[in-house]
Amino acid sequence: MTMKTNKAPSRLERFRDSFVWYSFKRDRTAQLCLAVFLCLVMAAFAAPLLAPTDPYDLRQIDIMASELPPFWIDGADEQYSLGTDAQGRDLWSIILYGTRVSLLIGFGAVILQALLGVTFGLMAGYLGGRVDAFLMRLADIQLSFSTLMVAIVVGAVVKATLGGAFYSQYAVLMLVLIIGLAEWPQYARTVRASVLAEKGKEYVDAARVMGLRSKRIMFRHVLPNTLSPIFVISTVQIANAIISEAALSFLGLGMPETHPSLGSLIKAGFDYIQSGSWWITLIPGAVLVVLVLSINLLGDWLRDVMNPRLYKG
Amino acid sequence: MIAFLIKRLMHAVLVMFVISVLAFAIQDNLGDPIQQMVGQSVPESERDALRERLGLNDPFIVQYVRFAKNAVQGDFGYSYFYREPALGVIARHLPATLELVFAATLIIVLLSVPIGVYSAIKPRSIISRFFMGASIIGISIPVFLTAIVLIQIFSIGITVSIFPESTSWGAWLNGFFSTQGSMPSFGRGYDLVHVIGHWDTNLASWNGLKHLVLPAISLASIMLPLFIRLIRAEMMEVLQSEYVKYARAKGISMRRVYFVHALKNTMLPVITVGGVQIGTMVAYTILTETVFQWPGMGLMFLDAINRADIPLIVAYLMIVGVIFVVTNTIVDLIYGFVNPTVKLTGKPA
Repeated sequence: MTMKTNKAPSRLERFRDSFVWYSFKRDRTAQLCLAVFLCLVMAAFAAPLLAPTDPYDLRQIDIMASELPPFWIDGADEQYSLGTDAQGRDLWSIILYGTRVSLLIGFGAVILQALLGVTFGLMAGYLGGRVDAFLMRLADIQLSFSTLMVAIVVGAVVKATLGGAFYSQYAVLMLVLIIGLAEWPQYARTVRASVLAEKGKEYVDAARVMGLRSKRIMFRHVLPNTLSPIFVISTVQIANAIISEAALSFLGLGMPETHPSLGSLIKAGFDYIQSGSWWITLIPGAVLVVLVLSINLLGDWLRDVMNPRLYKG
Repeated sequence: MIAFLIKRLMHAVLVMFVISVLAFAIQDNLGDPIQQMVGQSVPESERDALRERLGLNDPFIVQYVRFAKNAVQGDFGYSYFYREPALGVIARHLPATLELVFAATLIIVLLSVPIGVYSAIKPRSIISRFFMGASIIGISIPVFLTAIVLIQIFSIGITVSIFPESTSWGAWLNGFFSTQGSMPSFGRGYDLVHVIGHWDTNLASWNGLKHLVLPAISLASIMLPLFIRLIRAEMMEVLQSEYVKYARAKGISMRRVYFVHALKNTMLPVITVGGVQIGTMVAYTILTETVFQWPGMGLMFLDAINRADIPLIVAYLMIVGVIFVVTNTIVDLIYGFVNPTVKLTGKPA
């Protein structure tokens, strides 16, 4: 017996040889965005370590120290580097915790969207016929409304049905469900389009002739070949989900002020902007924009690299 | 063509039916109307009698048919808060929202077409790159944040003092970047001109226009980047096509090629996306109107939610549903007329 000389490349080696890594090494914008995004994610999830105060602990809040400006403006207290909000909470700490809430909801909602959308998209594309017609008509109807509209209406109705107190208590879960349910058609359409392209290929016929069940063909054979468009829309969808969450919170349908996300911080600060305390609303706003912008730019880069034919509009 | 028309209308009716069932289910499940109507001291037996008389014990379908019959005649019940027909309340708030959407659409159309076309013709120029960069930043800023920043800059005012005040250039730069807050930041103003019925317009007086400017810019800011990018992408694709090369080779002036030959085909997908997005703007009016306290439908809807004013919520959902369905149907029909290659009767792709 002869020894096998060239073994299959490991995953890491394959990644190092891939075009994605090659173009990432050359693209300054993508590197910067990934760095900013990772910094924000790490800072947010290390919030209990980085934050000087715990904004959820009422004993650490001093109402006498409310509306203090950030350090570069006269009248700042050096204890609070970015100033304090109207309740006397340290703005730096609460932004760290708020970013964590926003990211958690954004990722959770996208995971739910992807689960629903990929399953329905696969079924619609692979099974075709009535299932396809029904699911795609459903997606059409839902997409003909804006996803934000659907989220606002569902959020409003759920909040009115369950009562404000219950809703605030489970706000994170509620927001994940609402935003997840509002945006699944995006995934379903993208996956269906690439499944239809894959379905006619010979490897699918081969698998069917071998007598594999359609569930196995769908998930093990077709799905891996539709991954790159899923990847690309996922980045955009995370940015969208974070913005949707902020919008819902801004309308008072999201996170309560005692457990704020970036959106509810902006909402809380907006009440004080006329009295000159612009930092309470604009600093969380700037963090939100930097977060979403870095994700969007990464998404742009990824789309150029993988170049799947995305649905327009 | 007739078949296409009928198919689209059937689709529209189906969607309206789904929306009405959902709206009715909301009405049916939110709160107990008997509790809203009678006092604490009314005994259970009388409550049951009232429930029976009002038909609240009937099966879901019977109640739904009654609801749909009234809804078609424009009767959505009485708003709990305003104590008048819900449809009347909406009619009173509708013009403000429509004027806002109209002004925002005007801004979008006037800016996106020239910028989109320019950056498609000269994709490598500095101005195009600037607009592309600005547009991705624009997409990343939520509409309510744009609104807040606009309020801070133009209605509260900012004082910049980072440049050294003692030097003449520093003082000039400080003055240049500081703004005086003079724009109104909430409401529609005092100088509305009455047109007809419920319609008082902001568009006919200086004060009214001033109140309209910031909300309209905020609302436009969310769609503008999208349209610039869309027009640019479509235009670049069209410029690659054979017929444009042919027109160029024939020696037709470049301006004519761009604005007559290429732009026509660019606008096709823009019409479809545009129609859908105008409907989408209704959702963003909720956010914009909340920030600027603009007394339109969006603000009314949010107030209705906070007051649990169910008939008004249901009426709003139905009216917005009609707006969405009508715009989508019209857009599809226009697309069918403008682009003869679209599959008219076959299954939607």
